[in-house]
This record gives sequence, structure tokens and C-alpha cells, in this order.
Amino acid sequence: MTSTSGTLISEPPPAVAAPEPVERRRPRLADLGTPLLYLLSLSTALALAGLLIALVGQSPWDAANAMYDGSLADGAAIGQSIDQAAPLLLVAVGSVIAARAGIFNIGQEGQLLVGAAVGAAIALFTPGPGPLVLILALLGAAVGGALWAGIAALLFYWRGVAVVISTLLLIFVANQAVSYAVNSPSLLREKAVAGQVTTSQTDMLAESVWLPRIGEYPDFNIGAGIFVALVLAVGTSLVLVRTRLGFRLRMLGLNPKAAHRAGVGAVLVGGGALLASGAFAGLAGGVMLTGNGHRMQDGFADNVGFDGLLVALVARDKPMLAVPVALFFGALRAGGGFLSATGVPRYIVAVVTALMVLATVFPAAYAEVRRRRTAGAA
Amino acid sequence: MIDDLAMVLGSSVRLTVPLAFAACGEYIAERAGTINISVEAMMLGGAFNAVWGASMTGSASFGLLFGMLAGLVIGFVHAEFSHRLSVNTYVVGLALNALVLGLTSFLLDSIDLTGHQVDALNIPVLSDLPLLGPVLFAHRWPAYLLVALIPLVWWLVQRSRFGLELRAAGENPQSADVTGIDVRRRRRQSVLLCGVLAGLGGAYLAVGEVGAFNQNMTAGRGFVVIAAVIFGGWTLRGTMAGCLVFGAADAMRLALPALGVHLNSQLLIAAPYLLALLAMMFLAKTHRQPAALGAPFVRGIV
Repeated sequence: MTSTSGTLISEPPPAVAAPEPVERRRPRLADLGTPLLYLLSLSTALALAGLLIALVGQSPWDAANAMYDGSLADGAAIGQSIDQAAPLLLVAVGSVIAARAGIFNIGQEGQLLVGAAVGAAIALFTPGPGPLVLILALLGAAVGGALWAGIAALLFYWRGVAVVISTLLLIFVANQAVSYAVNSPSLLREKAVAGQVTTSQTDMLAESVWLPRIGEYPDFNIGAGIFVALVLAVGTSLVLVRTRLGFRLRMLGLNPKAAHRAGVGAVLVGGGALLASGAFAGLAGGVMLTGNGHRMQDGFADNVGFDGLLVALVARDKPMLAVPVALFFGALRAGGGFLSATGVPRYIVAVVTALMVLATVFPAAYAEVRRRRTAGAA
Repeated sequence: MIDDLAMVLGSSVRLTVPLAFAACGEYIAERAGTINISVEAMMLGGAFNAVWGASMTGSASFGLLFGMLAGLVIGFVHAEFSHRLSVNTYVVGLALNALVLGLTSFLLDSIDLTGHQVDALNIPVLSDLPLLGPVLFAHRWPAYLLVALIPLVWWLVQRSRFGLELRAAGENPQSADVTGIDVRRRRRQSVLLCGVLAGLGGAYLAVGEVGAFNQNMTAGRGFVVIAAVIFGGWTLRGTMAGCLVFGAADAMRLALPALGVHLNSQLLIAAPYLLALLAMMFLAKTHRQPAALGAPFVRGIV
């Protein structure tokens, strides 16, 4: 049986049931091969978005041009795209860590907010030299996100509450908790200046605790956040693939029973992975706070937590693959800012993003179903 | 005093009705084993399409049908992706939520909509009762559909052949499969039903209570519905009680400031989620969720 494998194409298939299905049937969509199927699927998604724009009487080409101007046309635009990509990448890398351990954390939006709020509290109220406070704020943001994810970890390992549900529900609790903090004068709300009405936002961070920027303003310039994100993406990739901890984590995700027999502590490794993913989301919040907005206000999270999670899904839980995907999503976000001039609502970016996600999960799933069906028929 | 009480209670019931429609659907989906997080998308899509349909046809009642249709379409996409292609159901749900939020916001800015609202139906005699009358018997007419819908859903899930197979698909899909039940088909059907009912819930919110569509109109009500099913311990009775409690929390948030009572509004908004988390925490042993809840079904893989 084993010796028949070779280049003997003209030989008839063996009479014994072969482990592989016989490859002689009508050509199907799946035979195109996965790369081509991806191409087809993604172009369908883009075509649908274009069609939508055309249906409401706008020009898809103008929209595409505006998106290009906002995301890739010159140095400043490319810098914008990269700035948008940094928090997405951080959230995505965190999601990957949890997913590889077999834990599906979907609460990054909340963890990001809590992280940013903790970071804001540290950055606003800690005296000291700027760089030190900045580092403390970023670390605090990571700890804040980790603790918020820790609630879900505690509920899961103590009471068996499903992580998906608890992380989802905790997003809305985080929204309100942070909104309370930002609205309370005794907490984070901006301090009254004589003759000015305060609104529900925090004070602007002192310039000394802003993330440093590289490059000159009118031309190419990016915040340091992307370097933090890249270093962590590479580091995570190495830890997952090359270290004992990474091996245990992946083992837990692939087969919890085998992992248990092999002595992998589910609580320690799995819970740790969940906390780590919360920390990455929190850090993303810290980077957004110190790198871009410099203050917290309503709508601060701006779906970055959800989009970052989608980046991880599109990248199929591979940290290095998340880098180009995050850059692409970041470019979409940056380009969306330029849409208003064309009359196309910027919400089309969310539509394109979501269609991209569906388009990237489709080919693999379709190929899998085809494979199972033909295997069953043989 | 009685008037204030009637106002708060009446607005509680009004805010409960959309939740209750959608929760009936989510209850069916979860009993079949799907934690359907795209219920938010279904409600939002239903709300938008209801207003759009009402604008096109000029009739708010037709709008309700359009809303149900939007929910059905979203349910169809969800069902095909997660229970035919076996894509992780949360992935599909997240993508659909983002898609529908983006799409409705996009269309809201791109097309003209006119406001329409279905008629109120005051039940004769009963609506004149003190307190009870305005609270229970003076609503927009689709609200009374719940009186028939809730027993119907209960019968469908607990007493019909279809419901038995549906529950089997949610409790033990492997056994259900070997007894000849098409698990994935039952799950797809349950998501479709959820789509129709959640679409109706969203449509009721739009053309029933408000009469217009705003950007992100449902504002997380779909997630409140999921919380209600969890809070109710996966029973229909408990789910409806959850909807009532969460509707009341919403009503108090809106009504209390006018009555001069100060209760933290953030706490009231967060209350449904906190209560659902507490319910899962402390009632985990007695509340029995469908055993295969959230687990995808692939034949032969245990």
C-alpha cells in the first residue's frame, strides 16, 4: 500500500479502499485551489461594497480615490494608516494568544477601555518625569486590561461561566464604568477652569507623557505605538512557536485532555493566556490614549477592540500574518476619514471591513466542507 | 403618585416589548445550541428595514413585515455560515453585527426616510382601569401579538416534535444525529426563527415606539436580550421575566430624573449585564444551560 505512492499517474486506482479520495470527478469551485478562491471571495466583497455605493447614487471610483488619498497617497497618509494599525495589531496579537490556548475572548473592546482609563488616571495624576510616567501609564493600561479580562477568567475557572459570554457582557459593564469615571468630577472628568463649562471628557494629557513621534508633521510621521506593537507581535510569535510555554499553550488549545495528562495547568496557562490577551487590549487603549487622542471622551474605543479581534480572525490566529492584515484595516480606517468630501458616508469602511472578514472565512470553510463531502462519498 | 407609578410601569412595559419579541427568538436559537450574538444585528436591521419599508409603502404595518424580512435575511446568512459551512458562530456574529451597524448607518445617511408609526390600540373598558389600564391595555397594536406569541413559542419548543428535535440538537447533537435528526438543519431553522422574531422586535422599536430610525438605534438591546435568556436560565418564563426586569431598568433610567429621584444612570444601563453575570455566577448549578450550547456540530467528532 505504501509503495504505490509515486508518479504512476496512468496506473488504475487500487481496488482496496484508498485513504485518499479518488481525484476523478466533475471540476468544482473548490478545485480552483484555495488562493484563487480567496481572490474570488475578496473581489466579491469589494464588488458588493462598490455596488452599494453605486446604488445610492455615488461614484465607487471617487470613493476608492478618496480612500487612497487618505491612506496611501503620500507620507502623511501612510503615517496615518500605520498609526491606525498600531492598536489594531496590539488587540489582534492578544486575541491570538487567547485563541491559541483555546479560549475565545471577545471582550477586547471593554478591556481596551478599562486599560485606557487606568492609563489616563496614571498619566494625569502621577507626578514625575514624563518618560517614566508614560511607561507607567502604558504598563498600568496593560494591567487594567488584564484585570478586566481577569474577571472573566475568575468566573470561568471558579464558577464555570463561559468566557465568550462573560467577556461579551463585561464590554457593556466597562462602557458604563468608564463613562461613570469620565463623568465624575472626583474621578477623571476634566477640571473646571474659571469661565468654562466642563464636558464629559478627561483633561488633556501633559505633552511630556505623549508617545514620541518620528518624522516631521506635514510629511511622513508615525507614533511610536507601531514599534511597540511590532516588537510584541514578533515576540509573541517566537514565544508561541519556539518556547516550552508556547508549546504548552498551543497543546492546551488543540487538545485540553492531552494537555491535562501531560501536566499542563489549564488554570495557569489558559487563565494566563486570557489575562495576556486582556493586557494587550489594555495596552492598545494606552497607546491610543498617549499616541493619538491624548484624552478620553465618549466613543473613545471606536470599535478598535472589535476590529482588532476581526484582524486576528482574518489572520487565522497567526501573529505575523496579523501585521499586514492590521496595516490593511488601518489603511481602511485612515482612508475612511477622507470619504466625507466625496459624499459617501464613512460607514462604508465598516461595511467593507465586515465583508472582508466574511470573505476571508468563506474559502477555508468551503474547502473543508467540500473535502468532507467528497471523503464521505468515496 | 399613581400617575407617576403608571408612567414608569407603562414605559417599562413599552421598553420590554421589543426585548420580549427578540428574546423569544434568542431563546429558540439557544435551545438549539447557538449563542446567537448576531441578534443585535437582526434587531438593528429589522428596525432600519421597518422604517425603510414604511417609507416606501407608506404603511407602518407593512414596515413590520419588512423588519421581519431583514431579520430573516441576516439569520439566513448566519445560519448558512455557521451551520452549513461550520464557521465559528461568534466570528459570524461579530462580522454581521459590524456589517449591519455599518450598513444601516451608511444607508441612513444616503437615502431619505419618512417617519411612520403603527396605530395605538386601547382595549375598550380594560384600558379605563386605574393603573392597570394605561400600563397593560394601551399600547401600539403589535405589542398584543406577544400574548399569542409567548404561548406559541412555548408550545413549539416544549410540546411539538420540531421542538423536541430542536432541544435534542442543543442538548446532545451526537445522539440526535444517530437517531436521524438533521442537527444542522434544526439549528439553521432555529436561527432563521430567531431572525424573524428579532427583526420584529427591532421593527417594533422603530415603527412601534419611536416612529423613526436613528443611527445604532438598538444600542446594544440585542446583547440585553442575550443577557435575558441567560438570566432566565434558558427557560421561556425566566427569559420573559428577565426582559421585564431589564425593560424596567431602562424605563427607570429615563423616568427617574423627571421624578426628581437620582439613581446612577450608568449603573442602570449596566444592570442587565451585571444581573446576567451574577445569575450565571450564583445559579450555575441550578440553571442548566443546553449542554451543547455554543459547540459547533460536526458529524463523528465528539
